[in-house]
Amino acid sequence: MGEHKDKPGKRAGREDKMKKKLDKIDMELVKAHGLTEEEYEKIKKILKREPNLTELGIFSVMWSEHCSYKSSKPVLKKFPTKGEKIIVGAGEENAGVVDIGDGLACVFKMESHNHPSAIEPFQGAATGVGGIIRDIFTMGARPVALMDSLRFGPLEDPGSRYLLKGVVEGIAFYGNCIGIPTVGGETFFDRSYKANPLVNVLCLGIVKKDKIVKARAEGEGNTVFYVGSSTGRDGLGGASFASRELTDKSHEDRPSVQIGDPFMEKLLLEATLELVETGIVVGMQDMGAAGLTSSSVETASRGGTGIEIDISLVPRREEGMTPYEVMLSESQERMLIIVKKGREKEAEKIFKKWDLHAVPIGKVTGDGMLKVKERNKVVANIPVKALTTDAPVYRRRYKKPEYLNEANQLNLSGIPLPDDFNRIFDKMISSPNIANKSWIFEQYDHMVGTNTVLLPGSDSAVVRIKETKKAIALSCDGNGRYCYLDPYEGGKIAVAEAARNVVCVGAKPCAITNCLNFGTPTDPEIFWQFTKCVEGMAEACRVLGTPVTGGNVSFYNENPKGAIDPTPVVGMMGLIEDTDLILTSWFKEKGDIILLLGEGEKTLGGSEYLYHIQHLKKGNPPQINLEKEKNMQDFCLELINEKLIKSAHDLSDGGLAICIFECCILNEEKILGVNIDLKEKEREDILLFGEVQSQIVISCSPENLSIIEKKAREKNVPAKVLGEVIEKDFVIKNNNKTLISRDLKKTYNIWKNALSQKIQILEE
Amino acid sequence: MKFGVVVFPGSNCDYDCWWAIKKVTGEKVDFIWHKEENIEEFDCIVLPGGFSYGDYLRAGAIARFSPVMRKVKEFAQKGGLVIGICNGFQILLEAGLLPGAMRKNKNLLFICKYTYIKVENNLTPFTKLFKKGEVAKIPIAHFEGNYYVDEKTLSEMKKNNQIIFRYCNKEGKITEDSNPNGSVEAIAGICNKGKNVLGMMPHPERCSEAILGSEDGKLIWESIKISLAKERAERIK
Repeated sequence: MGEHKDKPGKRAGREDKMKKKLDKIDMELVKAHGLTEEEYEKIKKILKREPNLTELGIFSVMWSEHCSYKSSKPVLKKFPTKGEKIIVGAGEENAGVVDIGDGLACVFKMESHNHPSAIEPFQGAATGVGGIIRDIFTMGARPVALMDSLRFGPLEDPGSRYLLKGVVEGIAFYGNCIGIPTVGGETFFDRSYKANPLVNVLCLGIVKKDKIVKARAEGEGNTVFYVGSSTGRDGLGGASFASRELTDKSHEDRPSVQIGDPFMEKLLLEATLELVETGIVVGMQDMGAAGLTSSSVETASRGGTGIEIDISLVPRREEGMTPYEVMLSESQERMLIIVKKGREKEAEKIFKKWDLHAVPIGKVTGDGMLKVKERNKVVANIPVKALTTDAPVYRRRYKKPEYLNEANQLNLSGIPLPDDFNRIFDKMISSPNIANKSWIFEQYDHMVGTNTVLLPGSDSAVVRIKETKKAIALSCDGNGRYCYLDPYEGGKIAVAEAARNVVCVGAKPCAITNCLNFGTPTDPEIFWQFTKCVEGMAEACRVLGTPVTGGNVSFYNENPKGAIDPTPVVGMMGLIEDTDLILTSWFKEKGDIILLLGEGEKTLGGSEYLYHIQHLKKGNPPQINLEKEKNMQDFCLELINEKLIKSAHDLSDGGLAICIFECCILNEEKILGVNIDLKEKEREDILLFGEVQSQIVISCSPENLSIIEKKAREKNVPAKVLGEVIEKDFVIKNNNKTLISRDLKKTYNIWKNALSQKIQILEE
Repeated sequence: MKFGVVVFPGSNCDYDCWWAIKKVTGEKVDFIWHKEENIEEFDCIVLPGGFSYGDYLRAGAIARFSPVMRKVKEFAQKGGLVIGICNGFQILLEAGLLPGAMRKNKNLLFICKYTYIKVENNLTPFTKLFKKGEVAKIPIAHFEGNYYVDEKTLSEMKKNNQIIFRYCNKEGKITEDSNPNGSVEAIAGICNKGKNVLGMMPHPERCSEAILGSEDGKLIWESIKISLAKERAERIK
């Protein structure tokens, strides 16, 4: 094992250090690999010797937070993962699988690419898209939809604008070229994400149940194929990089960001799905974070086998690469495929048709070892389980953060009541968090595939499944402000709101995937936020009957000023049995009755109004009663399925006034007005812009009103008549006093153009 | 009657076209692999949208060298019907089957949205079921759709009625705002002198079913079907 004979690459940073230290592994080198002294001792104990540099690198990436979940694992166990429709639950494979009937299943997962995007937004976001797509098609599914959940610092900050533009262009570059529609998502701006944006990408695919491929290296003697792009030095050690805080010097890590090639991935996608049809695939995994290392180790671990590969056979794009570099490279668009022994020629033929590499580099073994050879020389030999199931797990300390004592105090008497709500209303609809996001989603091809039934901007994206009556609804939600003020309620709300959004389009919520974005887990206050969020989410998943099918955890989201707001993002999948029942959120005809379903207490705590108008992030966020939420959602679905209502839109950021405004203008071809009297006794700012949970605004024709009210009484769901749809004006009163009276054409234009205009003005 | 949809490496609207043609016309549709050199069985060739060869170098610039393109050229020269959509349009320009070139959109961003187009010439095999001046709601999705042609060629094209579609607003007026990408004279689609080769940036296959928000694209597939049926009837006579 002559590791010290290896020549390191001519690259800056860590490798320079290594050049000097190749003869001996010392603590400085161990620490540069993100490993602690105790962890290094553990490695020596496992190997019963000192590791060589390649082995140290392998341990470093496999034991990184990113791959091992060493901090989060004990907490994530709280999630419910089982359900009658769940074919593959969280942690079993690379993505979760949900049975949708008709012999079909839905494969979906969400993943973060925050750190790469902070350093190099275009490629960081692009490769995030590429990675999540591979996770879906390596399970044999055809990807049919992408979604993104994005967070940035304020637009006034030039750095945040640079990140926004780069990230959006990167997502567009990759998704558009590969031809998978980006059907929706969310974008949110807040100070806490300055210099540490969140880029969470979700992909969903459809697969025939009998064609699901697992990421398992099973069957001793089966052949291990390397397919796709050749290996370069890009993305070296990306998994370790994602397991550190961002600092002023993070830009020096730019070589840790990979370069994406969507055209290559398109070929890989088509070739792979063609290969799956032949039935010769035993297992398959994307070479994502930690590349060749994690794909070989994890497939062997799941298969209960070992794996032996010869890296001299790996196609390369750079000369003089060491075993260390080949094993740790995160070059994109590569996969590991285990093919039945004796059927190699069939695999090679298909990949040749698509002009792709497909090289047998090794075989499945029965000894439970990862054996890496370079021709005849063994360069690494490690027990597979030591890198996966037996990797270190930490029970981190946690404690309630100090900041909450002050942050939860909101004294309303100190907040003046505006004298002109029209002006405030115009300001609210210009907030980048509320304004129309077409500047973003028009850069994405959201229609390719001809399955997109609801265009971006709806409560949920809806994708029909050809040759069936079914459709899938998808929604991404998560409110970092709520979680900052109360991570437990915020966690519950993330799940409940995502479910409510798919209910509004007529879908039954089925299962979730998630990205958990937090600061540094060794900080007990951060770990408290993380634990509470997960507990809240788990509780909501149980009550709403939507198990967790997978996702990822992204820690170390900190910029030099501190941690981001704790931000769990939930990707909810819902099923629509009959596309004729799909409902939209906008009002349909004048004369229709507007009702408010559900009950909840409105609050300014954590609201967009408080942040955008009063510049405060304080108070307690809305509280949620999950049983009532579930009851209200079931009732709303019943109304939709019986075709009793014409529109449904949930109350969210900006409260009731914004919700109703959106119902008026979301169909730009037919803008309609409202005449509403709230008849309440609350403060007017709370009435209009206070935020609340478990409420949906619906509309119906007058003849259906009495039956809806009767059903609502039977089901014990409050249904309050707010007013009626009128031709054009937007009027909201309270006890006959007019609070807001706006011309909808004018306000529509403000809302529609606010984001793009703001970007344009700030750039000039 | 048989339609053929060419599949280049990187095509991504191939299946969408296949589905729309099948659904709307009920006729036979097959894929044609870009390395194929025999296309004699087909009556209409579709060059679908996507990013052929990743659009590296320039949109459509590499695809025109694919073996199948030689055959498509011959097919077009003999009067066969060829329709290029989006990337397919770009390939037809690069291959010299249609005049002009594409530049990046005027806002330098990819644009995906519904637009309106006006039918300027309804006397072609692709548009005969439209009324002249009819407005159709149809989506675009491209980065390089800003059509350019020099003035001399443009006036010739006008003389020959080669401008088939222009971007317009809902009412059919051609305004600056209704031209999404900056194309010369708001051109969205053109054909050759023989009127048997059509290139268009908007995607008719994306608006051929009510569930997708517009059915205006159907008329293109139906026009082709009727034209081919008529041609066949004449041949038999």
